[in-house]
Amino acid sequence: MCLGIPGRVQEIYEADGIRMGKVNFGGVVKEVCLDYVPEIAVGDYTIVHVGFAITRIDEASAQESLRLFQKLGVLDEELQPEQHAGASGPPACPVHPWGGAAPDER
Amino acid sequence: MKYLAEFRNGEIAQRLAAEIRRMTTRRWAIMEVCGGQTHAIIRNGIDQLLPPEIELIHGPGCPVCVTPLEVIDKALAIAARPDVIFCSFGDMLRVPGSRHDLFRVKSEGGDVRVVYSPLDAVAIARDNPHKQVVFFGIGFETTAPANAMAVVVAKRQGLKNFSMLVSHVLVPPAIEAIMNSPSNRVQAFLAAGHVCSVMGYWQYPPLAEKYRAPIVVTGFEPLDILEGIRRAVRQLEAGAAYVENAYPRAVTFEGNQPAQRMLAEVFEPTDRAWRGIGVIPNSGWRLRDAYRAFDAEARFDVADIRAQEPPICRSGDVLQGKIKPIECPAFGNPCTPRTPLGATMVSSEGACAAYYNYGRFARAG
Ligand code: SF4
Repeated sequence: MCLGIPGRVQEIYEADGIRMGKVNFGGVVKEVCLDYVPEIAVGDYTIVHVGFAITRIDEASAQESLRLFQKLGVLDEELQPEQHAGASGPPACPVHPWGGAAPDER
Repeated sequence: MKYLAEFRNGEIAQRLAAEIRRMTTRRWAIMEVCGGQTHAIIRNGIDQLLPPEIELIHGPGCPVCVTPLEVIDKALAIAARPDVIFCSFGDMLRVPGSRHDLFRVKSEGGDVRVVYSPLDAVAIARDNPHKQVVFFGIGFETTAPANAMAVVVAKRQGLKNFSMLVSHVLVPPAIEAIMNSPSNRVQAFLAAGHVCSVMGYWQYPPLAEKYRAPIVVTGFEPLDILEGIRRAVRQLEAGAAYVENAYPRAVTFEGNQPAQRMLAEVFEPTDRAWRGIGVIPNSGWRLRDAYRAFDAEARFDVADIRAQEPPICRSGDVLQGKIKPIECPAFGNPCTPRTPLGATMVSSEGACAAYYNYGRFARAG
């Protein structure tokens, strides 16, 4: 019950004084209350919970998260050879395995 | 959402896990507060990707699990009445009360209906003026705005035959209760992303500071959860304790302002009993006086129903992270999702059910 489901707003209208809309969840379209997300527009993505949109999903943030994950991956690859070579020795820095500087998060 | 596949990328998950392994120098216990996250963790085997030093403790964040037995008994008493149409989210139907569940009431002729949204229950009330329509209003802060809206709409439409059995619970007091417990082992929290979509995370910095525990707002996809764990471990290893948002695409610091305004309009804080845990002060919401006319407890005179939980069920310990489901002697026999003894086995998001459904019969790690 408590998982919100992401979907794409397809249509917005008013019913009984409430802002409602049709949201497409990967092909399944449901009627959703959009009253709590007044800024949302057709084409936006939103997370829907028990028939209510609770938040707009920010595409830029989604991309940024994915970039960060990818970067961690790249970092991992760069560290791999070192790790293999030094498998018997200690890593460069036990507290900051990435070499003392935290990866740029933002 | 178009990014969904990418947030489930197994290769990147392996790399994030490798990063966590590299950072980890000692044992840490991290609690994922939300049952939805527990489910995602077990389903995707995220706990098995982690180094053995990292223990994930499953938190109380499953509304179906924590709804107290006596509230279920009240629901059963109301639903059995011939003049009532009782509406509920589907996953409440199999939660056992003291003697039976809502399914039984339905099979014995009670008008129990599963609705997708609380607004559906309001529509049923409008269409059935000669029946009393009662909605089972449970849930954490994520569900509460929907339930608040249903009450407001019913009031606006002048419905005299709609009411709500309200049993809302709140995350921050639960975090406090866990940290204040003498047997607590939790050192960091993955805060529930969708609760924070509604409430923001302005409530958390004082908690992180008071209990010296990192709190990381975390989403529900495998990469989100691994990233939440990575940040929690990074703080723990550095001796830090602050609040981080690892789910920025859905959560802001302030949260959803219109929803919070509606919650404040309809609900006020109250002490709540949590199933298996007991009463936590100010851990729930009840209807404010202006909306008390929609309170099903008063309308049907069930406020005095009391109930005793079955003594062999350890769900209270499971919900507080004191034991793993498999450490309960009843796990798997006799307690299964088909024959649940406790709420954590009933809800598919409950920790006991997650362990059972994904074949976790032995202690992992
Ligand atoms: S396995 Fe069953 S009896 Fe044991 S704690 Fe879980 S729900 Fe309760």
